[in-house]
Amino acid sequence: MFLDRFWANTINGLSYGSIYALVALGYTLVYGVLQLINFAHSEIFVIGVFGVYFTFLALGFVPGATPNIPIGGIIADLVLAGAVGMILAGVAAVLLERVAYRPLRRRNAPRLAFLITAIGASFVIQQIFRIFRGSNPEGTIRLLQPDPVFRIFGAPVTNLQIIIILASFAMFFAADGFVNRTRLGRGVRAVAQDPATATLMGVNRERVIMITFLLGGLLAGAAALFYLMTIPQGAVFNGGFLLGIKAFAAAVLGGIGNLRGALLGGLILGIVENYGQSLFGGDWRDVVAFVLLVGVLMFRPTGILGESLGKARV
Amino acid sequence: MVRRRLAAAGALVAAAALVLSGCANQGGGGAAQTSQAPAPAQPNNAALPAGNGQGKCAPGTSIAYVGTLAGQNAALGQAIANATELAVNQHNQANPGCQVTLVKADSGGTPDTAVGPTQAVINNPAVLGIVGLPFSGESKAVGPSLNAAGLVNITPSATNPGLTGNGWTNFFRGLGNDAVQGPAAAKWMKTKFNPQSICVIKDDSDYGIGLANAVTQALGPQVAACQGNVKTNQKEFSATVGQVQQANPQAIFYAGYYTEAAPLVQQLRDAGVQAPFVGPDGVKDEQFVVNAAGSANGAYLTCPCVPQEGFTAFTQAYQQAYGVAPQTYSAEAYDSATILLSGIDKGANSRPALLNYVKTYNGQGLTKKFQWQPNGELSETPVYVYRVDGDKIVTDSPIS
Repeated sequence: MFLDRFWANTINGLSYGSIYALVALGYTLVYGVLQLINFAHSEIFVIGVFGVYFTFLALGFVPGATPNIPIGGIIADLVLAGAVGMILAGVAAVLLERVAYRPLRRRNAPRLAFLITAIGASFVIQQIFRIFRGSNPEGTIRLLQPDPVFRIFGAPVTNLQIIIILASFAMFFAADGFVNRTRLGRGVRAVAQDPATATLMGVNRERVIMITFLLGGLLAGAAALFYLMTIPQGAVFNGGFLLGIKAFAAAVLGGIGNLRGALLGGLILGIVENYGQSLFGGDWRDVVAFVLLVGVLMFRPTGILGESLGKARV
Repeated sequence: MVRRRLAAAGALVAAAALVLSGCANQGGGGAAQTSQAPAPAQPNNAALPAGNGQGKCAPGTSIAYVGTLAGQNAALGQAIANATELAVNQHNQANPGCQVTLVKADSGGTPDTAVGPTQAVINNPAVLGIVGLPFSGESKAVGPSLNAAGLVNITPSATNPGLTGNGWTNFFRGLGNDAVQGPAAAKWMKTKFNPQSICVIKDDSDYGIGLANAVTQALGPQVAACQGNVKTNQKEFSATVGQVQQANPQAIFYAGYYTEAAPLVQQLRDAGVQAPFVGPDGVKDEQFVVNAAGSANGAYLTCPCVPQEGFTAFTQAYQQAYGVAPQTYSAEAYDSATILLSGIDKGANSRPALLNYVKTYNGQGLTKKFQWQPNGELSETPVYVYRVDGDKIVTDSPIS
C-alpha cells in the first residue's frame, strides 16, 4: 500500500505542501521582524480565499459543474482572481497591523498582549465571515478540472499540481529575492537583526513592519487561490484554522524567521503527512505531522534550518 | 402486516398521482422527467399542530428548539428549526386560548458548544419540552443534564443507537436509529450492487463511527474489508482516494456528514473512481449536491426519514414561510413539535406532565405512527433510499 502509493503521495504532498509553505512564509516574516506569532494570519488567508471566490462570482461563474472554457480564458480568470485575492489579503494584513498591533507597540505592551490580541483578531475576523456568509461552505466554483498530464513511476501528475508547484516556487523565489536582494528587503533584515540600531541607521521601522505584513498577506492571497483550486469547497469561515496551524507548524519545523525554512518545512510537512496517512490510515494524518514537528524540535530546537531572517547571510 | 399493505396501497395511489401530475407539467417544457419513486401521501388521521382549536394553556408556555442554527452542518439544523417554528405558528393561529412561544437556542452542533445553550434552556422554567438536539454527539453530551431536569426531549434526527442505552427517561427518538439504518443500507447495497467489496469510510463523529460499525457488521468483514477514516473538517482526501482506488470496490459507503462528503466525492470522481457513492442521512442535504458540484450526480442516500413531497399541505406551508422546500427531517421535526404541542393543549402544564404525555403517546403523524418503547425508540421505523439526480435529491425507493 505504502510503496504502491509512494510517488502519488509525494506529488500530492508537494502540491499541498506548497500551499502550506506560502502561508508559512507569512508567519515567518512577521516573526522574524517582530518576534510576534501572528495567529490572525490564517484569517488573512481566509480573506484571500473569499476574495478569490467573489472574483469568480463577479466574473460570472456560478456554483455547479466545472465549465468548459478555453485554456486562455481560464488562465486570465485565475490570474485576475489571484491578483484580487492577493491584494485583498495584503491590504487586510496591513490593516490588521494598524488596528491590532501598532497601538500595542506604541504603548510598549508586553509580548503576551500581542499574542492574545492576535488570537482575538483571528476570532473576530472568523466570526465576521460566519455572520455574513453563514457556516456552510460557499457553493463550489471550479474553473480547472484536474487532468493527469504525465506520470512519474505510474503516479499521475495533474495540470493543477503542476501549476501550483511551479507558481508557488516562483512566488517563493520572488519573496526570497525581495528580502535578500532589494533595498527594502535589506531594511527588513536590518530591523529583524537589531531594531534599535537599524532605526539609528535611518531605517524606517514602521514602514518595514508594514512591508512585512503586506508581503505575508500577498503570499497568503496567492496560497488562497491555489487552495481554492485544489479544494473548491474551501470558502468557509473556519477554513483557515487547520491550515493555519499546519502552516505555522511548517514555519517552526523549517526554522521560524527563516524564509527558506518555511518553504522546506511546508514541503516536508505536506509530504510526510501524506506518507503518514498512507502508512497508518487517514485519522493519523495530523498525529504524524505533529510528531514529526516535536521530534525535529527535540534535536534541533531552532528548526531544520535555524532562525535566521536577521542574519546578514541567509 | 395489514398496515404495511395499506401503506403500500397508499403509496401506489400517490405514485399514480405523481406520474399524472408529472405528465401534466411536462407538456410544454419537454424536459425529461426521470422516474420518481412513490412518496407516501399524508395519512388521513395524522395529528397536526392546529389540533382541534380548543387548546388552553398559561400565557408564556414555551417549547424549545435546541440545535445548530449557524454552527457546523447548519443546514441540517435549520431545516428542523424552521419546521418546528412552522408547527408552533400553525398551532398558535388555530388555538387562541393557547399561545406557545418557541425558544431557539443555537447549540453550535458540536458536543463542546452544546452544553451552555442547553443549560440556558433548562434554566428557563417556561420551557416544557425540547425538539432536538439534531446530532448524536451533542445529544450525548447534554443528555445527562436534560434527564436530570426531567425535560422531555424528542430528537427528530439524532440516530446514534447508543443514545437510548443510557437509561435517560426523557429521551425520545422520532425516527429509526443507525442500528436500523445501517443494516437497511447494507441490505440494500447487497441487492443493488451484488458486491464483492464495498469501501466503508467514516468520519470521527459518534454518528459516523456508530453507523459505519452497523454497516460493516451487516455487510460482513469480507465485503467491507476496505475501511477508511477521515476527520471532521478535513478537506483533502488524497490518501482515502488512493485507498479506494486500490480496493476497486463495487460501491463506497460514507458514514458522516455532508461537509466532508462533498469534497470527498468530488476528489473521488476527479481521480477517476466511478463506483457508486452511498451516503447516510447526514449527507442527505442540498448542500451536498451544491458543494460537490457535478460529482454528486448518481449518489445514493439512505435515510430513516420519510419522503415529504406527498405531504402537500405541509410542504406548501413550509415553502411559503421559508421560500425553500422542506429539507431532510423537516417533517420529522414537524411531527415532534406537534406531539409536544398537543400535550400542552391537553393540559400538560408542567415538565413531568408533558414527559408523561409523550411517554404514553400513541398516534399517527405525517411521517409514521408514533409510539415509543420504554427506552425511547419508536416501534415503527421506515428507511428510504434517495438518489441525487442532476441537482436534486429525489426519492429512489423504500427499503423494506
